[in-house]
Amino acid sequence: MSFNRRNILALAATVVLGVAAPAVAQDWPNGPVTLIVPWSAGGGTDATARMIGTLLEKELGVPVPVVNRTGGSGVIGHSAIADAAPDGQTIGVATLEIGSMHTLGLTDLTYKAYTPIGLYNSDPAAIFVRADAPYDDMAGLLTALEAAPDREFKASGSAQGGVNHLALAGMLLAAGLPVERVAWVPSEGAAPGLQDLAAGGVQIATASLPEAAALMSAGLIKPLAVFADARLDDAKDLPTFKEATGNDFSLGSWRGVVAPAGVSDEVAAKLVEAVDKVVHDPEYLAFMKDRGYATQWTPSGEFESFMETSDKALAQSLAAVGLAKQ
Amino acid sequence: MIFQHLGAAFELVLTWNMFLIMFSCALFGLFVGSVPGLSATMATAMLVPLTFFMDPVPAIAAIVTTAAMAIFASDIPAALIRIPGTAASAAYVSDLNALTRAGKVGRALGISVTASAIGGIFGSLVLIFAAPELALVSLNFTSFEYFWLALLGLTAAVMLGSASILKSLIALCIGLMIASVGMDTTSGLPRFTFGLTSLLDGVAFVPALIGMFAIPELIRTFVHRDLPPPAAPIGNPFSLFRGLGGVLWRHKTNLARSSTIGTIIGILPGAGSDIASWISYAVSKKFSKKPEVYGDGSEEGLVDACAANNSALSGAYVPAMVFGIPGDSITAIVIGVLYIKGLNPGPMVFLTSADTIAAIFLVFLLANILIVPLGLLAIGFAAQILRVPKLVLAPMILGFCIVGSYSIDASASGVVIMVVLGVLAYLMEENGFPVAPTILGIVMGLLVERNLVTSLIKSDGSPLGFFERPIAAGLALTVAIIWIVPVVLWVRRRKKRSGETFV
Repeated sequence: MSFNRRNILALAATVVLGVAAPAVAQDWPNGPVTLIVPWSAGGGTDATARMIGTLLEKELGVPVPVVNRTGGSGVIGHSAIADAAPDGQTIGVATLEIGSMHTLGLTDLTYKAYTPIGLYNSDPAAIFVRADAPYDDMAGLLTALEAAPDREFKASGSAQGGVNHLALAGMLLAAGLPVERVAWVPSEGAAPGLQDLAAGGVQIATASLPEAAALMSAGLIKPLAVFADARLDDAKDLPTFKEATGNDFSLGSWRGVVAPAGVSDEVAAKLVEAVDKVVHDPEYLAFMKDRGYATQWTPSGEFESFMETSDKALAQSLAAVGLAKQ
Repeated sequence: MIFQHLGAAFELVLTWNMFLIMFSCALFGLFVGSVPGLSATMATAMLVPLTFFMDPVPAIAAIVTTAAMAIFASDIPAALIRIPGTAASAAYVSDLNALTRAGKVGRALGISVTASAIGGIFGSLVLIFAAPELALVSLNFTSFEYFWLALLGLTAAVMLGSASILKSLIALCIGLMIASVGMDTTSGLPRFTFGLTSLLDGVAFVPALIGMFAIPELIRTFVHRDLPPPAAPIGNPFSLFRGLGGVLWRHKTNLARSSTIGTIIGILPGAGSDIASWISYAVSKKFSKKPEVYGDGSEEGLVDACAANNSALSGAYVPAMVFGIPGDSITAIVIGVLYIKGLNPGPMVFLTSADTIAAIFLVFLLANILIVPLGLLAIGFAAQILRVPKLVLAPMILGFCIVGSYSIDASASGVVIMVVLGVLAYLMEENGFPVAPTILGIVMGLLVERNLVTSLIKSDGSPLGFFERPIAAGLALTVAIIWIVPVVLWVRRRKKRSGETFV
């Protein structure tokens, strides 16, 4: 047989199709399972994903390389997971931004593009003021906010439309206040926002508790309430927003393992089983505790409805602050 | 305070295990630093999974040693092939390379290695003796202060150039325009991205840096056949020291000044070793008796900038250890490692884990001292590539540029950015426009804009806010003096000259 162009194309097609053919469950895992992280190396999502990758490697007996596909405010990495072949050989970590990116008009991608494996972490946002602020609790701050003119209070903690911005906006809405009451000062993330609070640049900051731990222990800032359904194990004294004010509101960043949509039920079940073991491994739990991350395990179907709720809450907050794309 | 813990600290640091870790991380850092496209931040992130299995002191030692070596080592490709290994070397690439072309590669890298070590040791000493106090000062910096600081940096860009002020300004504006591409964090909306997802995070900096320095050089090699005779490589590493003591002694005030500037900028969250080297280089030029040789092989400028970028590296740990606020992208990763190791950043860590903290400080000193012997070895090896004819070397450099740009986010967009900006830089240089201000514009553009906008939000649009806080007012005054004084001098000189004509 001479190697003319048609033959080579046919050969190439056979190879490509052969590789892309859906894996049968008993073949899985067939070679390395790539774990895609949409955020840069060294961040929180990356650190937790690398820990999961290391343990998953032991569990599955195949290499689990962690690949950072950063850029596009998370769009690139989230798309890379969704676009991968649905054979279970590529999985990834989806974060809260999957719910806000499409509302912001950055992509068409939603949580529906994935096969949910399991939610392993969610860190609710909390609200902070300077340690020398004149309010002792959430109710005191709300009274001050009710009396103040619009934009007199300034708050920071994330970029415009970031999770901490939406947490503040959602809190104001839940308390029956207009979102314009507090001016949002965008920052590059929680740490610079909290520093600005300590430096006196803003009066309020929203961030997760581990992010604020150092400044709290330095006695420079104090938390007033946490936007969660129940008090946190690590901060038993801190009331939830509902306990403090009677208004129901919770929001926070979260991280979960997902596979592309269309993964066969058998492979998905095996993935859920493997990740389930990993997130209950004592080594993993110790790591998460040391690092200050909350742990939880919400697998498959429940994870999907969690993402749906999160998606709706984000859309509502984004519309309120005027960032939702019409 | 720290001294009673030194004994225990020495026991933690002076072990074979530590020696092995620091030595291998030093080699890793040298490699990462000298390969254009691999950054010190990337090297640190790659180390993190390994540190899971180490004790706290070796874990931090691994990161500190790697980063210190990488920042120094990025001067090596800057000198040899005119491509800075990391952004921290971008300010003085042309000086390093001009010295190499003049056959003084030994002198150039000798200055780089010793000034880096001295700056690094200075920064470490400041960290050891004044961390908690200085961290409190850094907390006084809000967007108002950062705005003026960033403006000071942009002013440096215009002062840097050997070209006319007008051409430097235009080059700076090109950089600012490039910096405005991407997601606007203040409005949360994409700008100038033409719907391309890969541009949402802006024009990737590392490919821009590689392209703007390497591509013009490659075009000149291939198209203009601009082939300088191969420079003499270094015979033996000890020749690097010849006359070096004299140079350093002559510039001892520069060393002290730039180490201080570098440490201060390092301490401030949101400004790192790259900005430190730009600002100290500009200050150096301003106060130099020979400003005309800057950009053309100034040894003085090298001393300043090399000392500053390594001292900034240590300074960045001040707010990181005391308040958990990262001083640069490397310490952002280190904070995570500190948490894993139970050394939760905060003022309390200096009391509760005093031995470990003292040991970490010792590691800082050791890592910076290690730069000298290992740096000399690396220079000796690397300088051999000067023997390779340029036409053979050039395709390999192009290969490195492509791999380096691709590796940033594992996509072809980095390569496209590198080529487009490289051709732009070539056209600029051919027409007498300096490239350095453009690079600075890309680095500082967002910093200026973001701090301007957030400050205006805070002050409800009133410009008075920029002068109300004492530090902000002081910085504003500095900027005003730098801008106004040359104008006054120019007007006076003109008056004098026109007066003479009429007499």
